[in-house]
Amino acid sequence: MRLFTRPLGAACLVAALVIGVAACGSSGGGGGGSSAPGVTKTSVTVGGHFPLTGPAAPGYSEIPRAIDAYFRFINAAGGINGRKLKIIARDDGYNPTNTVKVTRQLTLQDKIFAMLNGLGTPTHTKVVDFLNASKVPDLFVASGCLCWDEPSKHPETFGWQTDYLVEGKILGQYIAQHFKGKKVAYFTQNDDFGQDGAKGFDQYLKSQVVTRQTYEPGDTNIGPQMAKIKASGADVIAMMTIPAYTALVELAGLKLGFHPQIAVSNVGGDPTTLAGLLKAFSKGKAGASLIDGIITAGYLPPTGEASNSWVKLFKKIHAKYIPKLPFDGNVEYGMAVGYTFAQALQKAGKSPTRQSIVSAVEGGLQPGPGLVPFRFGKDSHAGYTGVQIGKIKNGTIVLEGQPMTTDDGSGAIKPYTKSQAAAPANGIPAGT
Amino acid sequence: MATRVDVSVTRGGAARRVVDHTLLRHLAIAVAAGVVLWLITLSLGSFDNIQLATMGYYFVAVAGLTVLTGLNGQISLGHGALMAIGAYTTVKLQSGPGWPLALILVVAVIVTALAGIAAGAAAARLRGPYLAGATLALAVGLPSLADKFPKFLGASNGITVPPPTVPSSLGATFPLERWQAWITILGGLATYVLLANLVRSRVGRSLRAVRDDEIAAELCGLHVPRTQVLAFVISAACAGLAGGLFVVVNNLAAPGSFPLSLSVAVLTGVILGGLGSLMGAVWGAALIVLIPTWSDDLSKAMNLSQNVQANLSIAIYGLVLIGVMLAAPRGLQGLIERIVGLGRGLRANQQRSRGPQRPGKEEKSEP
Repeated sequence: MRLFTRPLGAACLVAALVIGVAACGSSGGGGGGSSAPGVTKTSVTVGGHFPLTGPAAPGYSEIPRAIDAYFRFINAAGGINGRKLKIIARDDGYNPTNTVKVTRQLTLQDKIFAMLNGLGTPTHTKVVDFLNASKVPDLFVASGCLCWDEPSKHPETFGWQTDYLVEGKILGQYIAQHFKGKKVAYFTQNDDFGQDGAKGFDQYLKSQVVTRQTYEPGDTNIGPQMAKIKASGADVIAMMTIPAYTALVELAGLKLGFHPQIAVSNVGGDPTTLAGLLKAFSKGKAGASLIDGIITAGYLPPTGEASNSWVKLFKKIHAKYIPKLPFDGNVEYGMAVGYTFAQALQKAGKSPTRQSIVSAVEGGLQPGPGLVPFRFGKDSHAGYTGVQIGKIKNGTIVLEGQPMTTDDGSGAIKPYTKSQAAAPANGIPAGT
Repeated sequence: MATRVDVSVTRGGAARRVVDHTLLRHLAIAVAAGVVLWLITLSLGSFDNIQLATMGYYFVAVAGLTVLTGLNGQISLGHGALMAIGAYTTVKLQSGPGWPLALILVVAVIVTALAGIAAGAAAARLRGPYLAGATLALAVGLPSLADKFPKFLGASNGITVPPPTVPSSLGATFPLERWQAWITILGGLATYVLLANLVRSRVGRSLRAVRDDEIAAELCGLHVPRTQVLAFVISAACAGLAGGLFVVVNNLAAPGSFPLSLSVAVLTGVILGGLGSLMGAVWGAALIVLIPTWSDDLSKAMNLSQNVQANLSIAIYGLVLIGVMLAAPRGLQGLIERIVGLGRGLRANQQRSRGPQRPGKEEKSEP
């Protein structure tokens, strides 16, 4: 086989280069005379990286569609300060290499105003330095990692959802109070999600722990861990799991004839998602009744709480723009993020700049649909600061007691007594 | 053919010597390509320079695999894992003793080549689907090693390193992306020169001899398993460099970055470009970088719902692959050679048909 023919080779090289150049013809963005990239007189464009395909896509891919739906709803009512909001969602398939690529595409080619709700810890940690070096606001990362709250190192980056340590603390205290002296097993994901959560559990449950089991995401055989948990005689399993593993634990328990109380973090406790997963995993044999009684936590009103003004608003938008999606925790999450961004943009002024929106968030935001306040400030880039405990009953979460707030240290857990403000009818945050 | 030599003789000896001398010729091509690429990077925007840099590291990986598969007949579905070895070596060294990047890349190549010896020794005993299966296991299994050594390899989150520093002599406003493109282009050109010479050398001939007929090769005195391991090591060294350049471009090493689909993408590049051809590796690398970007833009431009959009781009990618395979079973390079060959054949035919009518000088000049 001839590897290289001389004149041909040269011709090919040149041709390859021409293709390369032609291929790279970029689509420029941004409008002239505007206050910031991605901002024109009539629009503000943000972007985000989400797993739209691949194993992480079911569930999470709903989030950008919900943000988009929320934006379209408020655009129909005139937008924010006369500007329509637009989100460009690019698919990273939960692969960090792709996250790096699409983040560059969003900032360099699409010329977005800000990154909004970039999803995932292993993915987003790879672009935080780039976004901060490029001075692109990196708003409301979709992950409960503590690592977004580093204002001195990453002044552009802000968290949004309650972090896993705070959630672990509040769940841990609840278990300690309601299951005094009972044996507790941990079942956590073997990464910072599970580890941060377990640190929170440990502040209240250390003396009750009988076994600590972990799983690697992707390895669906959790039989050995469940056998050990059963052998330990645990009465309660405290879990930091994604929905698939909450469902697997339920099914493994069914197989082993082992029915301890399950307490799971917000991430893995969405009843709609769990019911769907259980049905799929058991090929229709296991019903939604299996998840009844699960203890979980939330910082947003339960999707089944029909009387809540925010749930009503989100349901209305859902029915109008994305009726084909299930109205679940992911959709609510996306819309709540959309609201939070709208609020920040409004606070950023009539001609928003990247600097002014960062200052706006640092100036503090109203919780909106949240049950607990944000911690945003000059020295804190952490989002929601607590959760309310609830139990799954008939496919929805029924909240118990009061919302609780706490910090990432050893600070006490305090009830939050301020009642939630009603949702604005047109979705546009009330003027500040 | 004789006429062409006559022309070059009349044009002068120096040019002819460069063209006929393997090493000089490849060096000349590399320098010419380097100059053109350098000019291109100056005209490109930041994101496009990154795309070019991405093509650069994919070219290195694809070129390495095309030598293994095209010239030695061994298949590997594990090149993504070998790239991971190169990448992890690079990030560990970059966050370590403060060595210059060039040295780090060389070490990454050596480490991966050593891993290639182990993998190659196993591979030399396996054939066909068994070899594919074994290398597949490497691709699936190796990245999860990071979970077993969370302190050292950063578990599922991986390790992040700062981007390479642009030399201050280039000026304060010099774009980082262009610098990253330059580094990978340099790596790609070095790979090209080394591989192009290697495959035209005795080693290259023995690789092909083993591929074509192992018994005949053995009868000629070739040590077949050793040749096969050697091919694997060469290929692994390239994957190691590709992994190092991957870090230069993406500044990270994480298990999620080296999924099975990466190994498949590299193999796809080999097949698309043309099995066994270095020029084909250029095409292949360009296609595996550009097709997803294009199909993504295309599906976005069609203004469909987000769910359809995301999956459509994968479908378009698949359709393009099928289309290329049907239109050009020997890859793009094969297609080009066929078209050029067709042109030559036509010209030759015309000459031959004119020949009997005008017997004269032309006829005599043919040997």
